[in-house]
Amino acid sequence: MAAIMEATQYLTFKLDDEVFALDIGKVREVLDFTSITKVPKTPEFMRGVINLRGSVVPVVDLRLKFGMTRTEQLAHTCIIIVEVAVDGETTVLGALTDSVQEVLDLGPDHIQPAPKIGTRLNTEFIKGMGKQNDHFIIILDIDKVFSIDELALVQAVENKDEERRDP
Amino acid sequence: MNDESDDSMEHIVEKLRITFKEEAYELLAELEAALLELEGSPTASEPINRAFRVLHTIKGSSGMCAFDDISSFAHEIETYFDLVRKGEIAVTRESIDLTILASDQLTSLFDAIYRDGTADRERTEQIVALFKKQTSGKKRTGTFSIPRGVALAQDIQHGQAERQEARELPEQRQGAGALSSIRVATGKLDSLVNLVGELVTVQARLSQTALTLGNSALQSISEEVERLTADLRDNTMSIRMLPIGTTFSKFKRVVRDLSAELGKEIELTTDGAGTELDKTVIEKLGDPLVHIIRNSIDHGIERPGERVAAGKPRKGTIHLSALHSGAQVLIRVQDDGAGLAAETIRAEAIERGLLRADAEITEQELWQFILAPGFSTAKQVTGISGRGVGMDVVKKSIDAIHGVLEISSEKGAGTTITLKLPFTLAIIDGFLTKLGADSYIFPLPLVEECVELTRDNAFSKGGRHLINVRGRIVPYIRLREQFAINGEAPLIEQIVITNVDGRRVGLVVDTVVGQHQTVLKSLGTFYRDVEGISGATLLGDGTVALILDIPKLVSMAEQRREVCV
Repeated sequence: MAAIMEATQYLTFKLDDEVFALDIGKVREVLDFTSITKVPKTPEFMRGVINLRGSVVPVVDLRLKFGMTRTEQLAHTCIIIVEVAVDGETTVLGALTDSVQEVLDLGPDHIQPAPKIGTRLNTEFIKGMGKQNDHFIIILDIDKVFSIDELALVQAVENKDEERRDP
Repeated sequence: MNDESDDSMEHIVEKLRITFKEEAYELLAELEAALLELEGSPTASEPINRAFRVLHTIKGSSGMCAFDDISSFAHEIETYFDLVRKGEIAVTRESIDLTILASDQLTSLFDAIYRDGTADRERTEQIVALFKKQTSGKKRTGTFSIPRGVALAQDIQHGQAERQEARELPEQRQGAGALSSIRVATGKLDSLVNLVGELVTVQARLSQTALTLGNSALQSISEEVERLTADLRDNTMSIRMLPIGTTFSKFKRVVRDLSAELGKEIELTTDGAGTELDKTVIEKLGDPLVHIIRNSIDHGIERPGERVAAGKPRKGTIHLSALHSGAQVLIRVQDDGAGLAAETIRAEAIERGLLRADAEITEQELWQFILAPGFSTAKQVTGISGRGVGMDVVKKSIDAIHGVLEISSEKGAGTTITLKLPFTLAIIDGFLTKLGADSYIFPLPLVEECVELTRDNAFSKGGRHLINVRGRIVPYIRLREQFAINGEAPLIEQIVITNVDGRRVGLVVDTVVGQHQTVLKSLGTFYRDVEGISGATLLGDGTVALILDIPKLVSMAEQRREVCV
């Protein structure tokens, strides 16, 4: 994990009661919840695809991805459109979140390395822990969150097939 | 000359080099085509003249771009062709091999400049020496000099004049009605196609809105827009169309080299080189076709001795043809070889557990096994084929461009592989259906008819769903089950009967909406491994519909033994 050296702007958002942050450079825009078309035989956290001004963009339910319950559509539910590097290519993707909070400046001295234990998240996903007032903010390494998904997608589908075939 | 103009001169040369890049490769392709034609008929004057002209242009343009080594190399080959043209040297088998060698060397010299390739300069000299041997004793025409370093203005003018001259000749050949054309970056075309795609979607929304509002003035405008959009779409698509013949010459080379390597005598004949296909389809077609042709050469066509013993002409033929058929293009690779060995394929399929030993299947079904991954009946792995990779990759590539692959074969008479391809990958005719809350699209060419699924006509046998359609039994797949869609199915469901590789299979959906102009969109990296869905499209109301991969869905159901067809 590369240490965070400079002050960077982060977009913070909430999943359940926890506050997360993304490097603002990765964020393209924030959309209101819109109708999502589910792609069959894919893991539940892959919520489906949306129409983003003529492009088909996949949407991931971050709550499900991080082991929380499924995101329900509420007044503040929104989709953060991010650009991630997958296999060296930039891919556009939507992250479903409970609500978007604010844009935050965080200097390196306000960021600590990710704890090795004590978090239900895979520590690979965490770039660092930001501190604002007395709260901790989990800074996500969005490229990592979605790079591992690729494998997860394939495996999950195969497992499902196995289960269905057995009886 | 002062520094300033020196700078600009370098700039001009740099620009010329960039402009010359694509032309260079076109010239190389034309040269190779001419040489292969010459090989077929060594006395014909047309290919000789063509090769001479092309080399002349390469020489002149390379000189302008200050590619001195290429220019002088091209000059040597040109000198040879000049002598051939004047009848002072006869074309021999060796000399054709030499010219092909030289054309390859030219390609690698250009690759070294434009494509990060490497070129062996010594090889150039060796080839030049061989040419000199051919031309020695004959009067060498003209002298040749190219200034070292940066070309001077008059050289450039001279070169341009030469180029012009060389270029006018082929144009004259095409006749007075030849069309003028411009070169456009493919990126620009792609974004144009994307825009038209979006326009088609918006237009669908406009039609829908006009219809809902019931305003007749708006409706007539909407109809006008609909007509214009359709025209615009067709025109835009036609810009991307290229004749498939450009790839045919590549195959001539494959056949030439491989048959020589295997000691077989094979002729490649082609038909329908002018058939137009979308550029992206043509690009994706190259590799699969090479695979199929290699298979024909290696497994299909017998050795000359065997052929004569079987009462066939010594020389085998591979016929490559392309033709339009409705909304599709048919590409056929036909060989007059030994045909597929039914018994060997059957034994191999049984050994691999793909087929029960007592199963009764038709030949048509048996041929499908050669498309299975890792399937190979070759007793010996050769450098060309037999490793069992190949036909499954071909099948995958053809599926990826929404094509259909058909095999027919007759023992002793040969094998024919037919590819049915859509004209374009950008927009297809689709058939829109609903399943639960979501919309699904069938590629229309695969749809035969729709019938209602009722208790009277449907039944199950041995875990398989079957339906009686006007006296014929058709197996069907319940998409709700296959896709694990939640919720209750409607009381009356619809079955869309599709035709997959000549077999009728039904797919059950909730409701049928109708025909839909489908602008194909990729589902992207994250969904690329999803089985049974080939892409997505946008509907008039802005939501996303998924496009069904029917052949895949059927084969998945077959694997689960739900459908036996």
